[in-house]
This record gives sequence, structure tokens and C-alpha cells, in this order.
Amino acid sequence: MQVINAENLSKRYALGSRQPYSFREMLTGLFDRGSDEKRLLWALRDVSFSVHEGETLGLIGHNGAGKSTLLKILSRITKPTSGTATISGRVGSLLEVGTGFHSELSGRENIFLNGAILGMKRAEIEKKFDEIVAFSEIEAFLDTPVKHYSTGMYMRLAFSVAAHLDPEVLIVDEVLAVGDVGFQRKCLRKMREVGESGRTVIFVSHDMQSITRLCRRVIWLKDGAVKSDGEAKHVVGEYLHEQSQTGAEKVWEDPSSAPGNEVVRLRAVRVRGAGDAITSSIDIRREVSIEIEYEVLQGGKVIVPSIQLNNEQGACIFVSHDWNSDWRRTEREAGSYKSSVKIPGNSLSEGTVFVTIAAATHQPHEVHFNERDAVTFNVTDSPDGDGARGDFAGPMPGFVRPVLAWKTEIGPT
Amino acid sequence: MSEAAEVTYIKPGGSVASLDLGEIWKYRELLYFLTLRDIKIRYKQTLIGVAWVVLQPVLTTAIFTVIFSTFARFDTKSVPYPLFALSGLALWLFVHTSISLASTSFVNNTSLITKVYFPRLIVPLASALATLFDLLFSLGILVILMVYFGVSLTTQIVAAPLFVFLTLVLAVAFGTLFSALNVRFRDVKFALPFMLQVWMIASPIFYPASLLSEKWRLVFALNPLTGILEGFRSALFGSPFDWQLIGVSGLSLVILTALSLFIFKKMEDKFADII
Repeated sequence: MQVINAENLSKRYALGSRQPYSFREMLTGLFDRGSDEKRLLWALRDVSFSVHEGETLGLIGHNGAGKSTLLKILSRITKPTSGTATISGRVGSLLEVGTGFHSELSGRENIFLNGAILGMKRAEIEKKFDEIVAFSEIEAFLDTPVKHYSTGMYMRLAFSVAAHLDPEVLIVDEVLAVGDVGFQRKCLRKMREVGESGRTVIFVSHDMQSITRLCRRVIWLKDGAVKSDGEAKHVVGEYLHEQSQTGAEKVWEDPSSAPGNEVVRLRAVRVRGAGDAITSSIDIRREVSIEIEYEVLQGGKVIVPSIQLNNEQGACIFVSHDWNSDWRRTEREAGSYKSSVKIPGNSLSEGTVFVTIAAATHQPHEVHFNERDAVTFNVTDSPDGDGARGDFAGPMPGFVRPVLAWKTEIGPT
Repeated sequence: MSEAAEVTYIKPGGSVASLDLGEIWKYRELLYFLTLRDIKIRYKQTLIGVAWVVLQPVLTTAIFTVIFSTFARFDTKSVPYPLFALSGLALWLFVHTSISLASTSFVNNTSLITKVYFPRLIVPLASALATLFDLLFSLGILVILMVYFGVSLTTQIVAAPLFVFLTLVLAVAFGTLFSALNVRFRDVKFALPFMLQVWMIASPIFYPASLLSEKWRLVFALNPLTGILEGFRSALFGSPFDWQLIGVSGLSLVILTALSLFIFKKMEDKFADII
């Protein structure tokens, strides 16, 4: 069943400077009208999507991409310029924690006030009151005005009220960045419970880890339009790929801005796939090699190049140092060098891989350069049935995806 | 899950046809909590707290009495001047405080507008209702004073609540109007105190409406407060109702209320975008 159905939602803002805030500004504005039309900003343009019951949808995108505007329209805080949306079921939206909290009121009073603001019924708040207080861990200060609370206590109380909101459709902006780590974990758990209890959730975050952990499906908004809509892992991968603004090749034309020191300077990094072509799209079954071009400016040192691969959640897949080339224990002479390392097919998992390049001397230890996420490539799995997934078409977790030897016998009898 | 069938339709704005009273009813508990909040926080961190509610009308009445019954004598018929002044001030202070409070209700609660949805009318409505608490005290003092001066009630007293209600309507209407205007034009902050001052002088609060020249009487009645104050006093003190005056004021009140609500509804959709 479709719970949310948005059709061609658009929102146009007249840009700040032309919004008169006083009569005087409005009056003077009457005389230089002409420029008005050009100052329009489309915060959202023709956004259409639908969400099914029980689905947890993540919303990602750069600042100003239209995420907040979309949430505000769905929460009925502002109206779209054009387009429509239908939401079935009671909607609860959490664009901020502690909305309406008043510093002069006690924790107890604020729970009721904030609950009512979030759309809870009084009876409902009364029923959940003890639970809210227990969750917030502020029992002892319940009757103290919240202005005497620490920031952490304030946030915990505010989030506790919000966490006990029990709507059929929950719209959440990035509000989880509150409190200490322990409390954050508690909040994430609560969020997941909400998602798993069959409610529909729309969740905005800049934290790709929590997005991929909480949402199966992600919509990527770019410049007010839907750039990508699909399985969380893929969309997040695409997004990170674009955000890092790197591809299969990175060349430093200007030596002065290239990573490095007076000993070694990086010149280029490339990803080569099948047939030695520079490519960012790698078939999971094929070998991929990382090629590093660098210049040794000062001879007489052993230089060890290395790579580190990270996945789209930022987790390290593995690190590899040059351990077996002829130069392993040989001091370099000044000059240009090219090192490359081959990663065999059927080893990486699918998704975006970020490659960090480094060069170091181990004795005495000295890092010459360490270029984070210098290049990226995308590993794609195939439905051909000859990879590690066999005929399975669903999502396969894990950092690596080796093709292992399986054997099945009949018996024992 | 009794509300399982609830469906929200989101469409572009533009219609001001309905007041969405049903929606306000649905959020009545929020109205209650916001009113409660406004009452509670107003006198927080003050030395004498709620005593201000009593002091304001009492002190103003005392000052008016000293000035207007000693230096400039107004003909208030058989009504003792303090009683006359307080009956006007009780309603006026309510209107004044309520509109002032409502006018900043959105600007001081920005996050309510930009972070949550509810019928916006609730916010200025809560300001007016919270001030009603003050009015109850003023009216209480008025009753005490009436007993003190030995005012004998007539059957006309039954009309008194009607005029209190009309005062509430007036306060809500203008409070709503200025709350909306203030979102868009911060000039309100500077203009409103001045306007309220002029309004007070132009209304028969510390002087009787009979003082107004016969020729301009009905023009003065365009100020809804004129009819309300005169009617309220007639109800309290048993003098004959000036129906013509009350009628003009009543009509003016209806028109001003409709206009205020219309402007509010017209601006409401843009609140979150421009606040």
C-alpha cells in the first residue's frame, strides 16, 4: 500500500535580498521591480516519488539540495508552489528536537508542551510519561526549569519526547546528532524499532553510515531534483562518488600543489581495468590495478608505496604495501617512477571503493605523502551466475566477496 | 488506531476560503498547553509574580482617579469615578496586553513556525486566552469595588458577559492581524505601542462617551471599543443601552474581525518562508 505519494512537487523561493522586511523596503521595492523575476530560486523542482507502508526511506544530498524543503512540504510547514502530495495515516514530523521548549518551564511541563506541539494527545503523553522520563535519564530534575539543565540533559529530554511520538508516518530531519555517544546509540536503536514496527519513516541525514544502516531505499536530491532513487547502498555509493569529486584518474599537473615533500612527490594515480583501460567501473570478476606515478626528488632512501581501500561507509577494506618488488629494500635514485598493484577479480565486494595512496620510508619512519581517497572506482556485480552470488539476486553484505570452493556430497548414510 | 483513515492532502496554497475550525478543534489540546505556557512564563522570574495582575489595574485606576476626578472632572453620572475608570480599564488592559502579546507571538516562537505544523491561528489565540486570566482578576477587583460602592444591580447585568465576549473577539481579531503583520513587517514592533496609545485616548476609557460631540458620536462608534465599553457600563450600572452606538460598533467589529482573519489566512502560508 502506498502511504506517501508525491507528484511533481516544486517549491520556488524569491531570493532573500528582494524579500522586503519592512514597509520602507516594500515601498522602495515598488520602484525597482524589474529585477524581481531573476531572483527566483527553485528549491525543489518536479519531485515525484511514492513510499510504501513500512518502508524506511533515506533522503540525502548536499546542503541546499532541497531536502529540508521537501520535509517541510511533507510536514505541511510550507506549501509547495506546484504539485501535490498525499499522505495516508497520522503524520509526525521531527525537524528539530525540543521545538517549543521553554527555558523557564520545568522538565515535566515541557514534556507536555512539546508533546502537544509534536501532535500527541494529552492522554497519550500521560500514558507514556514514565517511559519518556526513564528514557531521558533526568528523573531527578523533572521539576527543575530546563534553563538549569546542561545541554546534554536538555537534548536527552527533548529527544525522549520525540522518540515516543507514535505516528504512522514519521518524518525525521537530522536530529540524531545530539547527546553523547551512548545516547545516540539508544536513539538509533529506537529509530530502527520504529522502522521495524511497520511504520513508514522518511529520514534525512548527512551520516551515510546511519543512512545505510536504517534505510533500505534512498533518494538523492540534487539541485532540487531527484538525482537517484533506489537501493540505499547504490545511491549512497553514487553520491559519495560524486561528492569526492574523484574518478578513475587523478593527475597533479602543477608539482607545487601535488601531495608530497622534499623527498617524494605524487604525480598521478590511475585505476586500470580490463585491457589496461582507465575506468571507474569494474566488473566484480575482473582484475583491477592501481597505478601510481611519482617523482623521487632526493635519492638515497627506501620508498614504500602503499594503498588503502575504503568502502562507501568509510570502513577500511584492506591495506597493501609494496612487499615484493625489486625496490623493496633498495634505496631509490632521484627520478620518475611508476608502481602498480593488482587486485584480483572476485575479491572485492560490490559498491564504491575509495583508494588512498601513500608513500613512506620505514626506517626511520617518515610518511612522504598520504593522499586520502585519491581515486575511486565502482565494483559492479553481474547477474550471470558465475560470481560469488551464484543465482542469488538479493543484497550481499560483507567487505569482500571471494569465490570459494563449495562441495556437497550425499550422505553420510 | 482509530485515526487510521486519516489522509493528508498537500497542495499549493492560495485558498483562504475556510478558517479550518475543524483543524483548530483537533489541536485544541495544543491550544490549552500553549495558553498554559503563556500564563506560566509571563510572571516567571518576577519578584511579586501574579500580584502584577492585580497591581496593574489597581494602580492605573488610582492614577486615573487622582488625575481625572481631582483636576479634570468628567461627568460619570451616578457612577463613582474609580468604578467608572476600572470598568473601562479592565477591558482595555485586556485588549492592550492581549494584542501586544499576540503581536510578538510568532516572531518570538520562530521554531514553532519553521519546524512544526499546526493551525497557525492557535498561537495568537493562545496569547488572547492567556490574557483572559488577567481579565478574570481585573473583573474580580471590579466586583469588589462595586460591592464597596454599593452598586445596586439591575437585570441588565446579564448582558455583561456578552460585552466581555465581544472584547475577547476584538482582542483575538487584532492580535491575529498584528501577529501576522509582524512576521512580514517588523515595523509592527515600533508602530503598535504608538497605535495602542492613540487608541486608548480615542476610546471612552477614562472619560464617558457622552463627552463626545453628538455629531461625531457615530464616527467614534466605528471604534468597536466605544460600543463595547458603553454597553459594558450600561450592563453594570443599569443606565440605558445606547443601541445605536452599540450597533455601529458591533458591525464595525464584525467587519474588522473578518478583515483581520482574511489577511491572516492570506499571509499564513508564507509564514515559514519569510519569518
